[in-house]
Amino acid sequence: MDKRKVILLQILLLALVLLGWEFSVRLGWVDAFFFSKPSDIAARVYEWFRTGEVYRHLWITLTETVLAFLSGTIAGIALGLWLALSPTASAVLDPFLKALNSVPRVILAPIFTLWFGLGIASKVALGFSLVFFIAFFNTYQGIREVSPVILANARMLGAAKGQLLRHVYLPSATSWILSSLRSSVGFAVIGAVVGEYLGASAGLGYVISQAEGVFDTTSVFAGIVVLAAFVVILDIGVSLIEKRLLVWRPTPDQEGGTV
Amino acid sequence: MEMNDQAADAAIELSGISQRFGEYTAVQNVNLKVAPGEFVAVVGPTGCGKSTLLNVIAGLRQPAAGSVKVFGEPLRGLNRRAGYLFQQDALLPWKTALENAALGLTFNGAQQKDSRSLARAWLAKVGLSGFENRYPHELSGGMRKRVALAQVLIMDPKILLMDEPFSALDIQTRQLMENELLRLWQEDQKSVLFVTHDLEEAIALADRVIVMSAGPASRPIGDFAIELTRPRDVTEIRLTEDFLKVHREVWALLREEVMRAHGQA
Repeated sequence: MDKRKVILLQILLLALVLLGWEFSVRLGWVDAFFFSKPSDIAARVYEWFRTGEVYRHLWITLTETVLAFLSGTIAGIALGLWLALSPTASAVLDPFLKALNSVPRVILAPIFTLWFGLGIASKVALGFSLVFFIAFFNTYQGIREVSPVILANARMLGAAKGQLLRHVYLPSATSWILSSLRSSVGFAVIGAVVGEYLGASAGLGYVISQAEGVFDTTSVFAGIVVLAAFVVILDIGVSLIEKRLLVWRPTPDQEGGTV
Repeated sequence: MEMNDQAADAAIELSGISQRFGEYTAVQNVNLKVAPGEFVAVVGPTGCGKSTLLNVIAGLRQPAAGSVKVFGEPLRGLNRRAGYLFQQDALLPWKTALENAALGLTFNGAQQKDSRSLARAWLAKVGLSGFENRYPHELSGGMRKRVALAQVLIMDPKILLMDEPFSALDIQTRQLMENELLRLWQEDQKSVLFVTHDLEEAIALADRVIVMSAGPASRPIGDFAIELTRPRDVTEIRLTEDFLKVHREVWALLREEVMRAHGQA
């Protein structure tokens, strides 16, 4: 498939949907009060960036996202390492972790607000509760799947415990950890935005929630557009990191020879 | 006298080794000696516990019964004097050929500069100059085996344990690697225990061929001295009359075990 053709078709599809939306509203088929329309939304987004009022909210959401992402990832990787390498700890903690992970995180938001207040901390806590488990489960899985032959070989070559961790376990788990990073970014954003939505004085989630409060659908959609763009940019960042760290991994058509 | 005793110590001495996996007895009452500098091949039908023996000697696995002595000393923990060449790929996929070859030195805390230059020399020795910065997936199966060989030999082990190391290679590459192995072994005569299911390979390489019975409860049932001249070329030696004679002799014993193993399967 020609890459240019794909992009062309994608643009075409987008244009079709936007035009369909725009004209359905203009022709009165659907009510602008409930659906707004693309031209208004674009104008609103432009207005936000022109006046600069959106930057403060973006900054807050970004800070919350990054903090939740980093703290959750680091804690998750650390616990994943520990449990994967210590069968006893893993056996003891397993049911508790499963139980904790089965709690829908959104219902924790009010408690976090109660504990940490209306500021950044409660949103970071919510994001952390989401990111942590993803990082944890992926690290655990990644470490558990290290090839026993590679491990035996490294041990025969004289690797001490710390060296096994550094040269064998961690690199082996990187592809798992990295794939978890991508979903983690998404969940960190969810934590931040849902937290803001439920109670805050700044951030994109707050903007959307305020707009909803006054039935300003244009601002709601504008908020969603900005949020989507924000997540896409973060995701591109993570992909770049992933590419750098996984240079050693074969692409499917590049695998050499048999065995 | 004491000097003599020392010299008489076998590089590897197994006495009464048994190994079980649950209900299944893999090997039973195995006695085996490998002299310093001796190249011993172990052949047997698949599933006769050959790899189990190597793992026991390497110290990767505790035997259910029996003792392992290495140069006269009982083995405790991992066998620090042995290098192990595995059947499967055991290179670290995230390290280059050079980093893989230098791995053991890195673990031992060598300076990076020293370990790299030694690894470079070893890669050259196994014919991989110019491939230092390739990752394992960018190398062919034969090249990966060469890196693995350099990775093990760079540590200068006194004992070399080999578990069907060339079984995944095509026949030409395989014979090249076998000759290469003989050449490297001739340089400093390590004690080698080479496990294979390929009788021709065993005879072409070894000083002594040990035949294992079919599992379960596999044990050595034949011990043949191979008195073919060295240095050998594994491709040519297969065509000599002496080779064929030994081959017939060992095959007569091995055949029954292979049939038995197949009958059970």
